[in-house]
Parts: sequence; C-alpha cells; structure tokens
Amino acid sequence: MTMLGWALFAAGLVLTFAAYLVDHRHAAFNNVIGLLLLISVAVGALFLIALEYLTGAVWSVPMRRIVEFIGGLVVLVPLLAIPLFFSLHQVFEWTHVNSVTQDRLLMAKAPYLNEYFFFARFVVFAALWIVFYRLFTRNSLRQDTVQEATFTRRNVRLGALFMPIFAITITFTAVDWIMSIEPHWFSTILGVYYFSGTLLAALGVATYFIITLHENGSLPNLRRDHFYSLGALMFVFTNFWAYIAFSQFMLTWYANLPEETFWFIKRWQNGWEYVSVLLIIVRFAVPYAVLLSQDAKMDPRRLKIMAIWMLVAHVLDLYWLTMPTFSSNVTISWIEISTPMLVAGVIILMVSYKMKRHNLIPVGDPKLKRGWDFHL
Amino acid sequence: MNKGPLYSYTALFDTADDIIHAAEEASKKGYKKFDCHTPFPVHGLDRAMRNPNSKLGYWALFFGAVGAVSAISLITWISAVDYPLVIGGKPFWSWPAFVPVTFEVTVLLASVLSTVAMITFYFKFPNTAHPLHDTPYMKSVSANKFGISIQADDPKFDERTVKELLKSLHGREIAPVFYDPVESFHGLKLWDLKFIGVLAVTALTVSALTYGTLNYALYMEPFNWMMNQPKLKAQKPSELFSDGIGMRQPVQGTVARGFLPYAFKGKPDEAAKYLINPLMPSKELIERGKGRYLTFCSPCHGNFARGDSRLNGQFPNPPTLHSDKVRNWPDGSIYHVITEGQNVMPSYAAQIARDDRWAIVHYIRVLERAHNAKESDLQ
Repeated sequence: MTMLGWALFAAGLVLTFAAYLVDHRHAAFNNVIGLLLLISVAVGALFLIALEYLTGAVWSVPMRRIVEFIGGLVVLVPLLAIPLFFSLHQVFEWTHVNSVTQDRLLMAKAPYLNEYFFFARFVVFAALWIVFYRLFTRNSLRQDTVQEATFTRRNVRLGALFMPIFAITITFTAVDWIMSIEPHWFSTILGVYYFSGTLLAALGVATYFIITLHENGSLPNLRRDHFYSLGALMFVFTNFWAYIAFSQFMLTWYANLPEETFWFIKRWQNGWEYVSVLLIIVRFAVPYAVLLSQDAKMDPRRLKIMAIWMLVAHVLDLYWLTMPTFSSNVTISWIEISTPMLVAGVIILMVSYKMKRHNLIPVGDPKLKRGWDFHL
Repeated sequence: MNKGPLYSYTALFDTADDIIHAAEEASKKGYKKFDCHTPFPVHGLDRAMRNPNSKLGYWALFFGAVGAVSAISLITWISAVDYPLVIGGKPFWSWPAFVPVTFEVTVLLASVLSTVAMITFYFKFPNTAHPLHDTPYMKSVSANKFGISIQADDPKFDERTVKELLKSLHGREIAPVFYDPVESFHGLKLWDLKFIGVLAVTALTVSALTYGTLNYALYMEPFNWMMNQPKLKAQKPSELFSDGIGMRQPVQGTVARGFLPYAFKGKPDEAAKYLINPLMPSKELIERGKGRYLTFCSPCHGNFARGDSRLNGQFPNPPTLHSDKVRNWPDGSIYHVITEGQNVMPSYAAQIARDDRWAIVHYIRVLERAHNAKESDLQ
C-alpha cells in the first residue's frame, strides 16, 4: 500500500507543480479543493474520535487507532495551504483592493474578509486542530502502556471541549474557503453542508483502511456487526447531506432574492447543470440505493467500494462548490485531479507511516474487550 | 380448567449468555419455530437464533413508495390542474415546494402503515390472545429470567426430545404451555363479528356526534352566541330604526372628504376640453408619477409605455402610448381614461388618487418626449 501512496503522492506533486506553471489560477482553485478535502478527512477523523469518547461507544474501540492515524493528517494541512497563501489574488475577489473599494458589500465585509484576518483565522484553526490531535493521541497512546482508565476520562472531557471548537472551526473554514470565493453570496447553512461532507469523507477513509487491514489480518476479531455501524453512518450522513443540500436550495429558490439566487443560477447554466444533476446522483441517489438494506451495510466489499465512492463524491461536491466561480462554463482538465491525487497519496503515506510506529489497536483501552464482543 | 392443545415447551435461564447458548443449540438441532424472551434486548440473539431477515422492510419500502406517489399526485392535481394559484410568482408545478410535503407523507405512510402491517400480518391483529399471556413463564421473563419457548407445531417437535434438550441446557422450570380453549388462536381473522361490530358502532357514533355538533349544537344556546350577536353589522336589518334598515344614509347635502363626484363622468370630450393638469412638474412629482406608472400601468402598457408588456399578442392589445393619437391628446383625456377606463381597460379611480393620476400624466409626457427626442435635448 505504501507503494501506491508514494506513486499517488509523486504523480500528484508533479501534476500540481505543472498545473501551477501552466495555469496558475486553475491550479490555485484546485489547491483549494485539495485543501478542503484534506481538512475534511483530518478534522473529520478528530470528530469521530471525540464522538466515540463522548458517546461511550463500544463498537468502534478496536478501530479507533486507525482513525487516530488519519487524524495525524492535521499537521500537513498548513503545508498544503502554503501555495494558496501566495495565490490569494487568483482565487478571492475580495483581495483585489480596487474591486473592494468600489463595492459597497465588499467594503462592509472587509473587516472579516481581509488577508490578515483570513491568514490569522487559518493559523488559529490549524493550531487548534493540531493541539487537539496531540492531546487526544497522547492520552490514547499512553494508555497502551499505562493501562489506566483515567486516560479515557481525560479524553472524554477533551472531546466535550473539542466539539464546539470543531463546530466553529469547520463552519468558518467553509465560510472562508468556499463562501468567500463568491463574496457576494451567503448561505447560513454552508457550514453544516461542509460538515456533512467532512463526516462522509472521514468515514470513507476510515472505513476503507479498517476493512483493508481487517482483510489482511492486521485488525482481527472484527465482524459484520462492526462494519454495520460504519455502513449505517455512511448511509445516515448521505441522507443528512441531501437534506442540508436541498434545504439550502429550496430556501434560496423560494425567497427568489437575486442576491442569493445568482449562485444557483450559475450552477444551472453553461454545462454546470450536468454537474449539478451528477452531484445529486453520485452523492445521494446511488449511495442511498446501494446502502439501503441492512445486509448491504454489513458487506465489507460493498463498504470498501462505497468508501472510495464517498471520497470521490466529496471531491465532486467541492468542485461544484468552487469551480463555477473560476469559470462560468464547465471546465474539466487534467488539473482537476492534480491536488486530489496528491492528497490521496498523502493520506495513504501518513497512515502507513503511523502504522509502523504505533499499535494498530488501542490495547490499553478499558472498553476494548467489549468492543471485540460487540454484537448487533 | 380445561386445557386446549399443547402450544410449546418452555424453560428459563439465569443469564444472557445462557439464552444465547440455548438459542444456538436449538437452531443447531433444526428447530425453526421457537422464540426467546428476554427482559432486555440481548445483542446477538437474532444471530444465535438464525432468524431470517424480516420482510417488514419491504412493506415499509412499498408503503413509502405509495406515500411518495400519492403525495406528488395529489399536490400536482391541486396545484397545477384543479385550482392553479400563482403563489410567490412561481410556476404552478414547482417541485422544490412539493418536496417537503412529499417527504413527510412518504415517511408517515411508511412508518404508520408498516406498523399496521406488522400488527396485522405478523401479530395477527385483531386476535390479541396468545397462549403465553399470563403464564408464570412470561412473568419470570418480564422480570429477571431469560426464556426459550419451542413450539409444538415445529416439524421436528417431539415432547420427549425437547424436554431432554432443555434439560441438557440446564434450563429451569421446564414446563408445557397450553392453548386456552376459550381464547383460541385461529390465525388472521379480520372479519371477526365483535371486531367489526365495535368498528361499526364507533364509526356510527362518531359520525352521529359530528353531524349533531355541526348541524344542531352549534345553533343552540349558548353555542350560537358568537354567531348571533346583538350588535349591528353591515347590511343587516335593524329593529332600532323605523325603516328597518341597519345602515344609514349620509347626511343630506354633504359630501364625504375625497368623494367629490367626478365632474366629467361619461364625458370624454368635455374632460379633454376643460380638465387641466393642476400640478406643476417637478423632479419629485415625476418620480412619484414614475413609481405609480410602474405599479399600475406598466403591467399592460409596458415599462416604457411601448405596449410591449407580457400581454402583448393577445386581443385586444394594450396600446402603446407613443402613438400620434395619445401624443396629441390633451392631459385631461389621459386623466379621463385613467379615471373611467376605456374599452377593456378598467377604471383605476379606486386605486390611484387624483393627484397621483396627474403625476402619471406628467410621467407619460416625459416618456413620450424621451421616445421622440429632439437633437437639442442631448445638449
């Protein structure tokens, strides 16, 4: 698997470099998509860890360490953002001083949408994510050797503290990197929209690794009962995404205010309408049908396919969210896969790297045995 | 007490692990018609009993589909076929507005009807009797024991073999359960006389009560007090006044404010000759005229009075106001047409105050000038 990781990483790196040389603006937009994908996977993994601690879940304990490895990606988020901070002018209209001074709305938003505050927000969010990642995993790893329940209790409290911070940082990440690309538009539900995609992306990556590791013997003792919860969560959040996406659309449609509708109108013209319909099919109709039955949610082969599907669907979603601003006409080129490929490689490499250095199972967790014994 | 035929043999166990083991053994031995009863849900019991997947999900899917189709059909009929109303300027058939209701009806029918299907087809409603009711077995199992009940109608059932199996599993209080001859268990029986009878009586009673309430009770004292109030309402007769009419005439020889009759009613030529625009054109007046024009006149005559509104193409066409005829009309003629209407155009006297009508006249003149501008206007 590491070989695949290096291959994807190298290819992605080369493509991204080439993209920046060939079409700076397009590459920058794609970089945004890649950054949002990486944040989704990494911070979504942290959310899953916190969720397990907060709810006292038992079924996920044997698999939690894998999710922690995925969370390790948070340290790479700032790296992927570096080329973007040299390309802000290519992506964000509100960085063009001339446009801003002549635009009443952008002037009003300037206290928030200015490069300094934007940068500061990103730095603070990334720092928070990294801090929480270190704290969670330090407790979890220490518990492997010092087998005491206090580490679980500490992580539960940490989880409670993390959740509101997660909500705020994820919301403003969406506002900063998705909503501000179209600074005249606003949607109060976009944070939730990005959150639903985040969860699916993190679940997808986690599910894929967990099932693969189970199949090659590294994660024994897992049963269909365990996989059922992963499949059920994927199914549930697919429905949740559809609900939020439709809510956003319906309210905009009903109010029919030009200051909001132009965003959707753009995505219904010049070829973008095909992407919109494709998004509904790929992100909702297909996963819904495939994961509807109880047996389907427990089938490891099907779950692996849907896990990758969720990631691809998330990239499609981010593409649909950001690219219509890049070009009113649908553009698809090799640049679209450059950063996502890089991110895919990075995910594989990070998990492989962590796997070599830590236990794959949280051996010290007091709930581990109950996790092995879990039955539906 | 008489005992009916044998229903099943039951045994009790002390722990959840025991019942799981018992269920595994029973299904290994090939028994299919048996059930386990536990005081709380025991994870893994379904698997141990080798229960096939329930078909109830298909019922839910079916009823959900029925719900979705019914809802969309009903909404389409109501909104686009039978009584189309323009709501919020949207098309008659607007699927985004239909989605929430359709979704809710789908969920409603799927959940409620699959529950009804469950109690009808699986629990054999309305037959609510079951041989296990009120047995010591059931009482234990509801409190602190786990139980298994192997039914006598299982093809592999044999009293001795079953008893030995239960003993080998260390089951306690191995006891038979019999059908109660009085409350017998016939299977699906929807057409039970008592059940139908109760349904019919309920339906008749509720209908009678509803009918009585809405047609009689509402008109009886004291429920009619809100309807029959002693106060005088418009257009009602009155015993107070000698002519028996509740409404009074205005005082003789007076005219209410703003109700001076239009002097040139039905006299367009005299309106043209004698009516003069009393308002001097100013920027504010023309802005006001523009606003009123766009509100009242533009839907038919177009935003710039070219007669190019949405109604263009139908007969008779709302005309352009830049024709020679209108341009040569005196202001009073335009005012007269606004006040009285003309041909298909109705009177706008009720909607537009008199001063506003003059403001509109000014604005129309401005538009006409704009349409036939002279070179000198550009300087």
